[in-house]
Amino acid sequence: MPLCFRQQPSLVAYVTCGDPDLATTRDIVLAAIEAGANVIELGVPFSDPVADGPVIQRASQRALRGGTTLAQVIGLAGDIRQQSPAGLIIFSYLNPVLQMGLPQFVDRLSQASIDGALITDLPVDEAADYLEAMREHGLAAVFLAAPTSTNRRLKRIADASSGFVYAVSRTGVTGARQQFPRDAQALVERLRRYTKLPIAVGFGISTAEQFSSVGAFAEAAVVGSAIVETIERNPGKEARSVAEFVRGLLAPRS
Amino acid sequence: MAIETMRTRSKPSSPALLGRFGPYGGRYVPETLMAALEELEREYEKARRDPSFQRRLDELLRTYAGRPTPLFLAGRLGRQLNGAKIYLKREDLLHTGAHKINNCLGQALLAQRMGKQRIIAETGAGQHGVATATVCALLGLECVVYMGTEDMRRQELNVFRMRLLGAEVRGVESGSRTLKDAINEAMRDWVTNVRTTHYLLGSVLGAHPYPSMVRDFHKVIGRETRKQVLEAEGKLPAAIIACVGGGSNSIGIFYGFLKDSSVKLVGVEAGGCGPALGEHAARFSGGLPGVLQGTYSYVLQDAAGQVANTHSISAGLDYPSIGPEHAWLKHTGRAEYTRASDQEAFEACLLLARTEGILPALESAHAVAEVVKRAPTMKKSAVIVVNISGRGDKDIGILREHLDLNGSAGTLARERDGVQ
Repeated sequence: MPLCFRQQPSLVAYVTCGDPDLATTRDIVLAAIEAGANVIELGVPFSDPVADGPVIQRASQRALRGGTTLAQVIGLAGDIRQQSPAGLIIFSYLNPVLQMGLPQFVDRLSQASIDGALITDLPVDEAADYLEAMREHGLAAVFLAAPTSTNRRLKRIADASSGFVYAVSRTGVTGARQQFPRDAQALVERLRRYTKLPIAVGFGISTAEQFSSVGAFAEAAVVGSAIVETIERNPGKEARSVAEFVRGLLAPRS
Repeated sequence: MAIETMRTRSKPSSPALLGRFGPYGGRYVPETLMAALEELEREYEKARRDPSFQRRLDELLRTYAGRPTPLFLAGRLGRQLNGAKIYLKREDLLHTGAHKINNCLGQALLAQRMGKQRIIAETGAGQHGVATATVCALLGLECVVYMGTEDMRRQELNVFRMRLLGAEVRGVESGSRTLKDAINEAMRDWVTNVRTTHYLLGSVLGAHPYPSMVRDFHKVIGRETRKQVLEAEGKLPAAIIACVGGGSNSIGIFYGFLKDSSVKLVGVEAGGCGPALGEHAARFSGGLPGVLQGTYSYVLQDAAGQVANTHSISAGLDYPSIGPEHAWLKHTGRAEYTRASDQEAFEACLLLARTEGILPALESAHAVAEVVKRAPTMKKSAVIVVNISGRGDKDIGILREHLDLNGSAGTLARERDGVQ
């Protein structure tokens, strides 16, 4: 099973696909897996990323200038799958999925042997049809849980999720923070009452210290903006820089 | 559409059906905001049924905002167009100069009830921002307004007004630097400060309960208009005409006549400077159903689902999506939607100023432009009501840039040369 978190914490690495271009994204992802990332979230750039901070907003703009589409990202994921058994999750806003059409989306995911998807602005309340389609194809539907989610909502999220649950560490948009919030552990503890699935904690994790501290209470940590920023700052040597960054993150674990 | 089957397969009692207008509407936001939207929905339902809340709102609408607004017979305009009799619903006479204050008073009172001391808002033309800053000053609430820097440039006066009223105006540099981008940034603020902050959304957009709640606060426009036109004419009008950006003033006036099937409801979108994607904000000619900023409605977008840039001379109409209830009114045929170009809006603005001494906002001038086209084709006994949703003082800078008043009325030098 690709979506399997053997080490604790496992690393879920996010990249905005098509930044700076799709061929480079492929190299970056393979380098990150080689350096120890367990699951890759392949971010689909969107014109209006309301849940994202400035780093991923900028990356999305760059990727969109290159014309990156959801169909291309799924194609890229298929290529990566040929070369690696690591977990692959499509990470998108809803509108590109709607324009592709839900049946098309799940068909293509399944044909490319992608493990699942997370749709940022599709809460469980609106996800009945999506869940049915994902389940029919044996695809993992990952949902967000937030510190503001009530217990009633956490139960619904836990029931709907497969693969893992993504626990948002704090209220806010994506992006690095100096202080890792206390909200995260409390949320993970509340979630455990409703699910046996692995839990990945994300938002604001950028240092090896923050990363390893998540291991005390969750199976995995998601690192996004810090990786995207590494890509932004190292034109021409993106893959190598990301690999270095990932090794640095994982150093205390090994 | 996937989403339509999403809806029909849900159980009738499921909460997913809340906030739907046919297939449109819903609640498409990151999980962090879901609990806040549920709370808002609950608190709004309680407030709605609470006579003391309604009393306080009615009192402020009357003694502070200046309701009821007049219904004015535009005699000279009517004679010039030589057709239907034309009435103007004067929302421009409200405090702060537009209909927006109806909703701002309602939501700010609600925020106070909910114990939220910090208010955030987005603004396009600046009218909603000014109205929000005003009610926050009135109720002693902290106020932050997000505004695209392109809109700050073209609505400079309103930026100063908001600051004068004690609000903080934060410029938004992303995207096209207009209303859509201001909403993105307001949503990012809300997702961060959701525990202490109320997002005072300014139109019938966004996730449930906003489209219904904002509509309810504007229904007063239609209620008054129906009563006034019956008093004046002893019969219902043939048509109600209003401009549609997000669609709050239009839904407000339409609601008074929704059940009167003889009354045509006409929404006017921004035709901008051309028919190509990016040159206008006419969602019903060129848009496709999709999800933007929390709701499922018509969206101007490309084939891959990326939201398109829009253009309108009117900042308040310059937005790529439309309120989900309008999508449903269009779907059922109860309302019809048309468009007016930048140039037609300028000309209508000047015409109303010179026939009636009323300078409408450029947004409202789009509705007047439709009257100019429609009235001459109608019988003299027919009655049209057009909603003058705001006054044009804020647009004087743009008007001065585009109109050559030394030449003949309606000389639009820059427009003619194709400059946006």
